[in-house]
Amino acid sequence: MSIDEKIKELVMDKLNVTAEQVTIEASFVEDLGADSLDQAELVLALEDEFNLTISDKDSESILTVGKAIEYIQSQVKE
Amino acid sequence: MNTRVVITGMGAITPLGNSLEETWKNLLAGKSGVGPLTGISTEGLSTTIAAQIKGLDAEKYIDKKMLRRLDPSEKFCLVASQLAYDDAGLEGADIDRDRCGVIIGSGIGGISTLESQYQILIDRGAKRVSPFFIPMMIIDMCPGLTAMRFNFRGPNYATVSACASASHAIADAFRSIQRGESDIIITGGAEASITQLSVAGFCAARALSKRNDEPEKASRPFDIDRDGFVIGEGAGILVLESLESAKARGARIYAEVIGAGMTCDAHHLTAPLPDGAGAGRAMKLAINDAKIQPEEVGYINTHGTATGLGDIAETKAIKTVFGDHAYKLAINSTKSMLGHLLGAAGGIEAIVTAKSLQEGRLHPTANLENPDPECDLDYIPGQAREAQIRYAISNSFGFGGHNVSLILAAHDAS
Repeated sequence: MSIDEKIKELVMDKLNVTAEQVTIEASFVEDLGADSLDQAELVLALEDEFNLTISDKDSESILTVGKAIEYIQSQVKE
Repeated sequence: MNTRVVITGMGAITPLGNSLEETWKNLLAGKSGVGPLTGISTEGLSTTIAAQIKGLDAEKYIDKKMLRRLDPSEKFCLVASQLAYDDAGLEGADIDRDRCGVIIGSGIGGISTLESQYQILIDRGAKRVSPFFIPMMIIDMCPGLTAMRFNFRGPNYATVSACASASHAIADAFRSIQRGESDIIITGGAEASITQLSVAGFCAARALSKRNDEPEKASRPFDIDRDGFVIGEGAGILVLESLESAKARGARIYAEVIGAGMTCDAHHLTAPLPDGAGAGRAMKLAINDAKIQPEEVGYINTHGTATGLGDIAETKAIKTVFGDHAYKLAINSTKSMLGHLLGAAGGIEAIVTAKSLQEGRLHPTANLENPDPECDLDYIPGQAREAQIRYAISNSFGFGGHNVSLILAAHDAS
């Protein structure tokens, strides 16, 4: 499974949303109904899934599905 | 004059069924909800039996995402609350939700969440602790979540008094409506503390029965061979409502709450006063509060946990309060079949008391084969019994010396 597929699946599971809702542009808060606790949980799940550590500062910039994919791709490549 | 308070809805999740109907039917039949302890490691535990919830399909009531973020105690609470809410016909009802509250007790709260998150902290570090840990653990989230679900915006808090928690909640709910502060309160208790740490703690305190080879016979209140209580889990939730509100909605009324009394032994961490003086004072206060005479009480749903000291102290307390009338009272212990639901016990037992008044049927005390000579009252051994009762008491006592007595009255439709 590719990184973006994995991330989309994770978002669907954690936020209980459908594949159609999880577009690249989708904002976690505005489009997918996440609150601050949901966002914190999502960051933990990303860390677990890709075996990395996301700093609080970095996690603040992960506001959309696209941003999450972009960030994880940059970290995994390094 | 005080506002009259009635019970218009009841919901239960117990070791004898995931509904009140099933639980009540099994209680009348004298069945036991106790079995071998499953789901946790029993290594090193002196007790390996418990009264656990079986086959609950919580997804029928709560969406999947929400469910993952609930401690089992919160899950039991929300399911039982939904059942009580539906039973009371509150969905879409014309009520002022600013005047509707939730007061629910739990003795121990989210201890399974505490244990699993502590394990994560030790194994993987502070960064891995769930953002849902705190809301899943704290006891007041039971009433908090329930209010969110039903948009009840009135008084909202949890009561904590060990095994008297739910009864304190009901007493407070009763008072809130009685003094005109609220119209409707969802109340009772929820508990889910059958975890490794919690059972180990109760074992260490020597509170639990060790009759591991005969689970169904382990909870034997008032019997000479009793050896402690059986830990249970579940939730018992009631809808208390002002009589005016209930009448205006045309709601079905199970019974009326007419009195509450609360005291403390101020004596010992876990043991009751040997003569049951604290429990007796609670019953007396409740009787005075209800403005009835002791001789008018026909039935007592006891705390009756099957501990050596507790059953004798409660029996002595009943004799002190009622004198000769004590021998005419019908008395039973719901814990003889459900085990001890700790902070939820008072909720399910108030429900059982209301059902008994409404239907004129009293469940037996199971496993009472050879009564302790010091327990010489009519505890309804063997079979269920028919009895038209006007006034009944539900007793709950907790570690810490907390005593609560509630008085329920059969509802007179006139």
